[in-house]
Amino acid sequence: MTDVVLKLSGIHKSFGSVQALRGVDLTMRRGEIHALAGENGAGKSTLMNVIDGILAPDRGTISWEGREVTIGSPTEAQKLGIGLVHQEIALCPDVSVAENILMAQMNMSRRLFVDYAALEARAAEVLGQLADIDPRQRAGDLSISNQQLVEIAKALTLDCKVLILDEPTAALTDKEAQILFGIMRRLADRGIAIIYISHRMAEIFDNCDRVTVFRDGRHISTMQVSEIEPQDVVKAMVGRVIDDLYPDKADAPGSDVVLDVRNLSEATRFRDVSFHLKRREVLGIAGLIGAGRSEIAKGICRIEGDITGEVWLNGKPLKLRDYGESIDAGMVYLSEDRKGSGLFLDMSIAENISALDLSRIARRGGRIDARKEHARARELGQRLGLKYGRLSDPVSSLSGGNQQKVAIAKMLSVDPALIFLDEPTRGVDVGAKAEIHRILRDLAQSGVGIVVISSELPELIGLCDRILVIREGRVGGEVTGNEMTEEAIMSLASGVAFEGAAQ
Amino acid sequence: MQSGTDQAIGIDGTRQPKGPGVAKGLLKMRETGLIAIILLLVVVMSFASPYFLTWVNIRTVIMAFAVEGIVVVGMTILLISGGIDLSVGSVTALAMVIGGWLFLAGFDPWIASAIAIGCCTAVGAFMGFFVTKIGLHHFIVSLAVMVIARGICLLGTGGRPLGLYTLPPEFKFIGQGSLGPVPVVILTFIVIVVIFDILLRRTTMFRKVFYTGSNERAAAYSGIRTKRVIFATTTLCSTLCGVAGVIYMARFGSAQPTFGIGMELNVIAAAVIGGASLNGGTGTIFGAILGAALLSLVSSSLALLDVSVYWQDIIRGSILLAAVTIDLFLNKRRG
Ligand SMILES: Nc1ncnc2c1ncn2[C@@H]1O[C@H](COP(=O)(O)OP(=O)(O)OP(=O)(O)O)[C@@H](O)[C@H]1O
Ligand SMILES: [Mg+2]
Repeated sequence: MTDVVLKLSGIHKSFGSVQALRGVDLTMRRGEIHALAGENGAGKSTLMNVIDGILAPDRGTISWEGREVTIGSPTEAQKLGIGLVHQEIALCPDVSVAENILMAQMNMSRRLFVDYAALEARAAEVLGQLADIDPRQRAGDLSISNQQLVEIAKALTLDCKVLILDEPTAALTDKEAQILFGIMRRLADRGIAIIYISHRMAEIFDNCDRVTVFRDGRHISTMQVSEIEPQDVVKAMVGRVIDDLYPDKADAPGSDVVLDVRNLSEATRFRDVSFHLKRREVLGIAGLIGAGRSEIAKGICRIEGDITGEVWLNGKPLKLRDYGESIDAGMVYLSEDRKGSGLFLDMSIAENISALDLSRIARRGGRIDARKEHARARELGQRLGLKYGRLSDPVSSLSGGNQQKVAIAKMLSVDPALIFLDEPTRGVDVGAKAEIHRILRDLAQSGVGIVVISSELPELIGLCDRILVIREGRVGGEVTGNEMTEEAIMSLASGVAFEGAAQ
Repeated sequence: MQSGTDQAIGIDGTRQPKGPGVAKGLLKMRETGLIAIILLLVVVMSFASPYFLTWVNIRTVIMAFAVEGIVVVGMTILLISGGIDLSVGSVTALAMVIGGWLFLAGFDPWIASAIAIGCCTAVGAFMGFFVTKIGLHHFIVSLAVMVIARGICLLGTGGRPLGLYTLPPEFKFIGQGSLGPVPVVILTFIVIVVIFDILLRRTTMFRKVFYTGSNERAAAYSGIRTKRVIFATTTLCSTLCGVAGVIYMARFGSAQPTFGIGMELNVIAAAVIGGASLNGGTGTIFGAILGAALLSLVSSSLALLDVSVYWQDIIRGSILLAAVTIDLFLNKRRG
C-alpha cells in the first residue's frame, strides 16, 4: 500500500475528565476525498488538531508515508505537508487579506528576505479561484463567508499533501461551496488527500470517495460512499434512524399578526422593507450574502444601523432606542457570528446562557442567584441536548456544534416573544438539527414569533411556512407552499428568471 | 458520554448545582496559591527575624498597602472591563493637592475632601468620555491624563508640599486614628474591599463588567450598554483614587504634589498577580488584594533583612514575571 500518506492508529486524547478520543484509527490515501462525520463532540476537530500538531495525543501512533512520526507543532505539520482549515475562523482582523494569506507562507520560508511580489501574486491567484475578494481589504471587514474563503485560500497556498477542511461550508453559500468542491476535486486529481468534515449528507455523497464515522471518540466505520445510502451514515453517527429532519408545518397560520414591519429603511443597507409574520407561522428570509438579510434583523432589534419606518410587535408599535429595550420587549437576535458576537468564550456555559437578561437570575437588589442561574442553564441544556462537562466550564471547551447550542439556549433563556435566528444550525449535527427544528416549530406553535435567516435553502424550505427573498436590500419577492423551491428562491434572490420559476 | 439528543447530564455525571464560589474554581486556585505563598513567606520570615510576627510589624505591613489597596480595587474592576489606567498615581496626588489647597483657602476639611474626590470623579469621566465617545485607547488617554494631572499638581503648589498643620483632629482621625488596636485606615480599606468584592461576585450590575471585558461585541449583542459600563468603571477607578488621596492627606497632614509617582505599576502588578488579565474578562478583588499584600510583604521582608532598595525593585519585577508565567502554564495545561 504505497498510496497511504497518513495513518493514525489507536489515538487517545482526554481533556481532564472528558475523553474526547478513545483509540481512533484513520487511514488517508493519496488522491482521495475522505469525509469525516459524527455528532457534535464526537472528536472530529480534536483528531484534526492532533494531526496538525496542536494537541499531543495521550496514546497512539501517527505514520507519515510509512514512517512513524511525532508532530509537535503546526509548523512541523506544515513541513510534512499537512494543511488545516480550522472550524473556527481565526484571521488577524486588522491586517489585509493578502497579509493574512502570506503569513502562513512566510512562516515556511527559510530565506531571510521575502519575495513579497511573488507571494502576493500567488495569494491573489489562489484567492481569485475562490472568490472575488480584494486582497488589500482589511480581513476584519469581510463577511463571515468571505473570511472563511480567505482561510481556505491560506491553506491552498501551502503545497500540502494532506488538506484538512473542518466544516468549511458551514459559513458558505451554496454557490461558494460548489466552487470549493470543484477545487477539492482538482486537488485530489493531483494526488492530494483531503479530509472533509461536514454535517451535510448531501455534500458528503456528492463529493467524497470514502466516509469515516466517529461516535463518542470511537471509530465506528469507514465506508465506500458509492456503496451506501445517507441513512447508513446517519445511523452510524447517532446509533438510530432519524426519519425526519423537518417537523410538520402549521396547518393554517393564525389570523393575528406577531410582527409587522412597514417601510423599513436604513441609510445604505436596505430600503422600503415591509413584511409581516402571522401567529404560529415560521418565516424564512433568503437572499444572497450581502443582500441585507442580517442587517434587516439587526436593524429591527436596534443592534446596528439607524432605521426609519415602523415595527409593530403583537399589535403594539415599538419605539426602541437600543437592543436592551428590544430584549425587554421580547425581541431577540441570534447572531450568525457566534465566536465574534454570540458568545463569551472564556466565560462559563451558565454565565453565557444568562447574559441576555440578568434580572431573571437575580434576587431583589440585583443579587445573582447562582442556584437559579445553574438550574436555568441545566434545563435549557437538556432541552437542546447540550453535551458538556460542568456548567462552570468555559464555552471554549465545547465542540463547535455545542457552542452553537449554547448560543441558542441564550436566546431561549429570556422566553422571547419573537426570535430572529441567523444561521441557527450552523455546525450542528443532524440529530441536533432535527431537534432544533422541532423546538422552533413548537415555539411557533405556542405563539412565539420565529424568523429564520439561512443560506441553506433546503433548511428554509423544509422548516418555513413562507419565505421572504431579499435582493440588494429590498424585498425581491415571497414564496409559500409548493412555490418554495430552490430555483424559485434563487431566481428571486438574483433577479434572473429561471426556466419555469414562480413569478 | 452518551449519544442521542435527550441527555444533558454532564459528561462526568455531575448534576448538583455549583455555587459561584466553585464556579470560579480556577480563580480560586490562584487565590489559594497566593495565600500559600504568603503564609510560607511569613513562616520563613518569622524565623529570620523575631520582630517579624509582632503586631506592630504586621500592622505596618498592612498599613503600607491599605490605602494603595483602595486604588487596586478600582484598577481591578477597570481591568476586568477591559480598560487600564496609568494615571492613578497622579490623580491620587491631585486629590491631595486640591483638598489641601481648598483647606488652606478656608474650606472645611470635609467639604474640601468631598470636592477633591468630586474632581477626581470628573477626571475619570473626562477619560471615560475620550475612551467611549471619541474612541481612543485607555492606555493613551490615561497616559496623557497622568502627565496633565501631575502638571496641575506641580503648578498649583509650585512643586512644594503643602503643610496642613491646622487640620482638625477629627479629620486627621481618618488617616491616623485607631479604633481599639486597629487603625482606621485598615478598617476603611477592609470595608471598601469587602463591599466591592461582594458586589463584583454577586450582582448583576458588576456581572456586566465581566461580559464587557470578556467580549465587548458579544456584550453589545446581549443588550448590554458596553460604553456605559466602560465609562462607569473608568470613573469609579479615578473616584477611588480620590478617596485614597484624601486619606493620605489626613495621614500625612500634608499634600505632596510628587506623591504616587510609579504607583500605577505597583497597582497593576498587584491586580495581575491576583489573577486579573490585561485582556479583560477575568479577575477578583480578593486576588488583587492578596497580590498587593504579597508585594508589600516582600518589600518589608527585604527591608527587615537590610536588602538594598534597588534590589527590592528587581525582586518585585521578578515576582510579577513569575506570577504571569506560572499562570500561562496552568492555562496551557487546562487547554
Ligand atoms: N480544550 C478542551 N477542553 C476541554 N474539553 C474539550 C476541549 N476541546 C474539546 N473538548 C471536548 O472534546 C470533545 C470532542 O470535541 P471536538 O471539538 O473534537 O468535537 P467535534 O466532533 O469536532 O464536534 P462538532 O461537530 O461540534 O465540531 C467534546 O466533548 C468537547 O467538549
Ligand atoms: Mg468540530
